[in-house]
Amino acid sequence: MKCTLTALAFLAATTSLAQAEGVLNLYNWGNYTGPDLLAKFEAETGIKVTVTDYDSNDTALAKIEAGGHGFDLVVPSTNYVPIFVEKGLAVELDLTKLPNHTNIAPEWMDVAWDQGRTHSIPWQWGSIGLSVNTAVYTGDINTSSIFLDVPDELKGKINVVPEMTDVVNLAVMYVGGEPCTEDTEVLKKARDVLLAAKPHWISMDYGATEKLSNNDWAASVNWNGSSMRARLANDTVAHGYPKEGYPIFMDSVMLLADARNVDQAYTFMNFIMEPENAAMISAFARYNNGIAGSDAFMPEDMKAAPEVVTPDEHKAAGTFLPTCSPTAQQYMAAIWTELMK
Amino acid sequence: MAERSFEVSRLPGFATVAIVVFVLLYLPILTLVVFSFNSGPSVAVWEGWSLHWYADAWNNEAVKGATARSLIIATCASALATTVATMAALGTTRRAAFGGQTFIYVVINQPLMVPEIVTAVALLILFGVVKQATGYQGLAYLILAHAAFCTPFAYLPIRARLEGMDLSLETAAADLYANPWQTFRHVTLPLLAPGIAAGAMLAFVISLDDVVITEFVKSAGQDTLPTYMLGQMRRAITPEVNAISTALLGLTVVLLTLFFILTRKKN
Amino acid sequence: MSPAEQSQRRKSTRNGWLLSAPALTLLFLAASGPLLIVLVYSFLTPGQYGNVVWEFSLDGWVGILFTRDIFDGTTNLADAHLTIFWRSVKLSLMTTALTFALGFPTAWFIATRPPAQRAMWLFLITIPFWTNLLIRTFAINEVIRNEGLMNTVLIGAGLISEPIRIINTDTAVFIGMAYVYLPLMVLPLFAAIDRFDMKLLEAGYDLYASRLQVLRHVILPIVKPGIIAGSILVFVPSLGAYVTPRVLGGGKNMMIGNFIELQFGQGRNWPLGAALSMALLLIVMAALLIYVRASTKGNNPHG
Repeated sequence: MKCTLTALAFLAATTSLAQAEGVLNLYNWGNYTGPDLLAKFEAETGIKVTVTDYDSNDTALAKIEAGGHGFDLVVPSTNYVPIFVEKGLAVELDLTKLPNHTNIAPEWMDVAWDQGRTHSIPWQWGSIGLSVNTAVYTGDINTSSIFLDVPDELKGKINVVPEMTDVVNLAVMYVGGEPCTEDTEVLKKARDVLLAAKPHWISMDYGATEKLSNNDWAASVNWNGSSMRARLANDTVAHGYPKEGYPIFMDSVMLLADARNVDQAYTFMNFIMEPENAAMISAFARYNNGIAGSDAFMPEDMKAAPEVVTPDEHKAAGTFLPTCSPTAQQYMAAIWTELMK
Repeated sequence: MAERSFEVSRLPGFATVAIVVFVLLYLPILTLVVFSFNSGPSVAVWEGWSLHWYADAWNNEAVKGATARSLIIATCASALATTVATMAALGTTRRAAFGGQTFIYVVINQPLMVPEIVTAVALLILFGVVKQATGYQGLAYLILAHAAFCTPFAYLPIRARLEGMDLSLETAAADLYANPWQTFRHVTLPLLAPGIAAGAMLAFVISLDDVVITEFVKSAGQDTLPTYMLGQMRRAITPEVNAISTALLGLTVVLLTLFFILTRKKN
Repeated sequence: MSPAEQSQRRKSTRNGWLLSAPALTLLFLAASGPLLIVLVYSFLTPGQYGNVVWEFSLDGWVGILFTRDIFDGTTNLADAHLTIFWRSVKLSLMTTALTFALGFPTAWFIATRPPAQRAMWLFLITIPFWTNLLIRTFAINEVIRNEGLMNTVLIGAGLISEPIRIINTDTAVFIGMAYVYLPLMVLPLFAAIDRFDMKLLEAGYDLYASRLQVLRHVILPIVKPGIIAGSILVFVPSLGAYVTPRVLGGGKNMMIGNFIELQFGQGRNWPLGAALSMALLLIVMAALLIYVRASTKGNNPHG
């Protein structure tokens, strides 16, 4: 009985909260939203933000598609933005309500997946590459051969993150193909390279920061921000940008079609495009943010970090992952299943 | 009766195995507790003593909310599951076999037979429709979902206890003109209590552990401790979660100790 | 059968259904009922970005056993699926055996403590499980990893010179699952042993039975319901385990639960995922029925 009462009180509290004036429900990647950013936002606007976590784009998509979720904003990756638009799950933004929209850095304005940023605004961007413990391996780390043709020193000590799109496309670029290719010759080569390399991987897992600093792993396919956090914990870790090509991603904020707190959502989106606030987002997760002028507000240790500021000689190899065609997606899934068995 | 030279219930080696089991059970828990006091940000590399992860957890609204939500859901779901499981166990044992008994057995145990992700996707679709139709997005969905998959965990130990439980006491009570409810309340229930306790405990723990179904059923602002941690897994688990777990463990131990002292006095 | 007996029997059956009704309702609402959706989905066509398209197709079911090679279009036996399935069955059987080997003595030990202490020992078994599964699994990883507690102690004691590598192997998953599912074995066993009349043992010994004979002919038959309940509670969930293989297996060695999850996630093939789960459900259900029938037949200690 007591339990029922507690539950009822709790239900009442949560429901009334959701309908009150000053709230916002953000659906974001876990551990991606700094508490200080939310505190500042609440202090300035009086709007209380509730963050709910997800751990994969597919989960987020499935949940939002099912409906009745109660979220206002979601933060999908580059190649999922067009899917949200196509399915009518996210709406076109009213740019008149976003005066800070002009703060978006020019190179992030007319992107392939959202021309003119009418449906999504930048949260953070980064790239996928390699974190290598240079005390274990001293050779060239700016190459995908680190995990696709594993050097002896790293055999049985390298991890590969279980991200199908990133990993398969790294392999495709390694054998000379384009991301999301449908060329079966290229795909076959990529598959063979992956299958041959797999026995030398220790695992296909997340948590690189922790395991690179405690020596469980000596190297990992990893995101640049995570690489930086690993270096801060273990200074022999360095980040490699594969010269054969590496994918760049951006996670962008989108307004959901069934959002209940639309005004608050606009206030929040405008808030995070303020350079100072964008820098706060970066300071928490250690990725770049795509807002012009935010560099001045970045923490000192990020201003010159080789993981955050891509060195010029590696810039050309970076490429955006397009939203792959269903056929390309099927090829990737088949290769992935064979790899994971 | 002559004194026996050995205890009849002693089986050689059993006590040794049991003690080893207890030690092994607590080994990981010990590392977990120790690292909650780590001053560094790692759950594996020791950097010195500190309490700051406790302070961090205490100041983290998200963590506190998730912990409270986990406990509320587990309490309600296990209470509901144990009640229906006890009734079903009484209904399906100790009576002449009837057609449909197997059916009931299979339905009750069905949540055990499919991986969580399947129930999760099914519930996502169904509850999505219901949430839209009713506009209600509260915790009840999670409680209902948890209660359902906890039911077999409560049912099996209770049933195991009931099967072959001596009927003679209940017959005696009935002979003494106790009505069925009195018989149940004063005879069956006390005999059944260890089974119910085991079942309820299992249900509670299983609910507390659930990640996958919760991840798919939760609405905005309904993260539980496991889904909160799942979201952190991609980056790094910090000793903050160790601190929360240690605090919860400590609370459990304190409550149980109090419970023992109180019941002992009563006896 | 006399009319009175018949009506008595009808009443008993009616009560059986009435008492089971709340549980059945709950499960139809939040478990079995929604599963019908999954059954329907297994006969549909995969959507472009996950989900399904409402077009009838048997590809999901065919896909369980056969895959079409994406490169040359030939149809082959899906050996990847069989590998994963076999690994799941093997690990689950091993887990059940180990939890029984450890759990039976433990449950016996608890049940033979003085009554006042029993509850305390029971709580000692469950306390570790009040910490949630994810963090418990991480903690196991801390114990068994190369530079973890186990290897440090063994090397320190001079027993081994090189760390034993367990992390991210099938062994790690096996150890982890046994740890995680142990109370699911101990508690039903305890419930069964606890109502066991120790006088029966005395009778056994009075008849000059050896300890082994007493264990085999007196104890095991009577605690059988507990063994059955415990094995089901351990075997079936380990078959569909998701978290433990993911964290301890390092993601390289999938079990069936992870494979099904993959279809609903990155694999974007919901019908195959649905068909795989239905197939798993049918197999487990069949195995369960055979097991329960076989183990209860001709072995009813009180009847």
